[in-house]
Amino acid sequence: MAAVPLLAVERASKRFGSVVALDEVSLDVGPGEFFALLGPSGCGKTTLMRLIAGFEAPDAGRLSLDGQDLSALPPHRRPVNMMFQSYALFPHLDVFENVAFGLRRKGLAREAIKKRVEELLEIVQLQGFGSRRIEQLSGGQKQRVALARSLAPGPKLLLLDEPLAALDRKLREETQLQLKQIQRRLNTAFVIVTHDQEEALALADRIAVMRAGRIEQIGAPPDVYRRPQTRFVADFIGATNLIEGRVSRCDGVWFVAPFGQIALGPCTLVDGARATLSLRPEDIRLSRDGDGLPGRIAQASFRGQSTLLWVALDAGGSLRVSCAHDAGFVQGEAVRVAIPPDAGSLFAEDSR
Amino acid sequence: MSARMSRARRAVLALPYLWLSVFFIAPMALVAKISLSHPAEARPPYEPVFSFSDGFAVALEKLRSLNLDAYRGFAEDSLYLESFLTSLAVAAISTLITLFVAYPFALALARAPQRLRPIFIGLAVAPFWTSFLIRVYAWIALLKDEGLINHALMTLGLIHEPLGIYATNVAVVIGIVYSYLPFMLLPLYSALEGQDPSLREAAADLGATPAEVFRRVTLPLSRRGIIAGCLLVFIPAVGEFVIPDLLGGSDSLMIGRTIWNDFFANRDWPTASAAAIVLLLLLLGPLLLAERLRLKDERLDR
Repeated sequence: MAAVPLLAVERASKRFGSVVALDEVSLDVGPGEFFALLGPSGCGKTTLMRLIAGFEAPDAGRLSLDGQDLSALPPHRRPVNMMFQSYALFPHLDVFENVAFGLRRKGLAREAIKKRVEELLEIVQLQGFGSRRIEQLSGGQKQRVALARSLAPGPKLLLLDEPLAALDRKLREETQLQLKQIQRRLNTAFVIVTHDQEEALALADRIAVMRAGRIEQIGAPPDVYRRPQTRFVADFIGATNLIEGRVSRCDGVWFVAPFGQIALGPCTLVDGARATLSLRPEDIRLSRDGDGLPGRIAQASFRGQSTLLWVALDAGGSLRVSCAHDAGFVQGEAVRVAIPPDAGSLFAEDSR
Repeated sequence: MSARMSRARRAVLALPYLWLSVFFIAPMALVAKISLSHPAEARPPYEPVFSFSDGFAVALEKLRSLNLDAYRGFAEDSLYLESFLTSLAVAAISTLITLFVAYPFALALARAPQRLRPIFIGLAVAPFWTSFLIRVYAWIALLKDEGLINHALMTLGLIHEPLGIYATNVAVVIGIVYSYLPFMLLPLYSALEGQDPSLREAAADLGATPAEVFRRVTLPLSRRGIIAGCLLVFIPAVGEFVIPDLLGGSDSLMIGRTIWNDFFANRDWPTASAAAIVLLLLLLGPLLLAERLRLKDERLDR
């Protein structure tokens, strides 16, 4: 994050009737940063974005852009543009006029507008599409027109509301790459709203994980993935095993799970504290005859570069374990499950 | 749709065509027939040129000696020309005023909270539970020189003599605007209500002021409603008879009234029929134009 944030949200709150959509949310976005608001539907991420765009006003708190308070600025005067989830392309205008919409009132000469629109259509790889009607475009093309249109006025900050949600999986991955390239090339700050954690991990410099109107954690993708600060974040981002138990501090630090004890690294919880341990499937080591808890492969599921195994522990309970495909574990095989001491993330019971 | 329509489907589709044939095309054919006949002192007051009992050869013979006198006469008659022009002018002005009155109204309805909309729509069409005639008569009471409006304005000292609106074309325009308002309001409302609100947000986001959002997004996207509403007002207004008869002056010439006069006062059925046919052809033009625009818009929507 840069020293001077481009966008600063300070303790912003918003209610709709009795529903609290945002509860004292604070965050900073730096210039040129790719920032993701990630969370399940109803977590307040869309409301936060609409607050930034100016379509809603916060009940409390403050938003500023480049140090300028945004509260007095209506949407049409904010140097912020938005790409809508539905794309919201104007059906009565062709591609050229859609992209030119935000340029028409900037007092630009006709030639300058034409040049700018062509430049943008080239950025989104739609050269020569200017005279197409919106209804003639495919979903992916509409998505790119929407992107070009929102970039046309040269915003300081671009908001993207689930920009890839309407695309099929293959196209989505391609477009992710292009989106990232365009963002780097223009060096414009992007704030993307998404419920898709893979998308957030793949695109963003930093992610804010939201839940029930609050921010659970803000961090770089590896940070959020490797060091989740709450049980919710651990569960929402990536796959994990959540094991409930308690901390024991006799003879070292242990996590007492229903099926046995797991050695822990340094932790701050007191002896006997109830806690949840999050273990990523890829952090668990499986062997045929090493140390560890005895178990049996209950099910194996091929996932391309890895295989996901459900291991039923002899002492009860089961764990999801990911391992290289060539390890060759088969269903029914007896295995040993080893858990490295600092593999998991531990959450005190009240942090759910 | 399957290549072959089911019998039930065909029957359902045939119904409106049957209705139109019996109650629209057949009467129009009769009127067309009368318009080609000679006036006569008879009952009905014309000499039929065609008769359904004629053979084909006779009909063909008669076709050669068709009587176009009615059309000729009426092209020469300045009364008809004037009536047509007045009707078109009054209808056009009324349609325009109705549009300007109904548009903000429809916009307010479309932007009202969802649960209030049915109530507002109900209120807008509520006057139509009473008879059209009674409502037009009510306007006489309002507009005439010793009527409510003049009386109120004079009591307030705003005017010193009556405005003299009653029995003029101004009164006719007022009557038409009032009577046809819902026909403009409902298509406009339906066009505005169906607009995706995110389009307006997108326009605002791209720097358009509220006025520009209206001009560049809301207005062009409601074009279909504007066309439909204008047709629904303009077409019946051109041929309107009751309103000019009750609110217009004796000298206010509108085509509906002129035709009525020729039918019932002058008993010149051929001329009146010819006028009716010309009126129909005149109104077919804007209808076809509107239909083409509508088809274009529909294609656009997909």
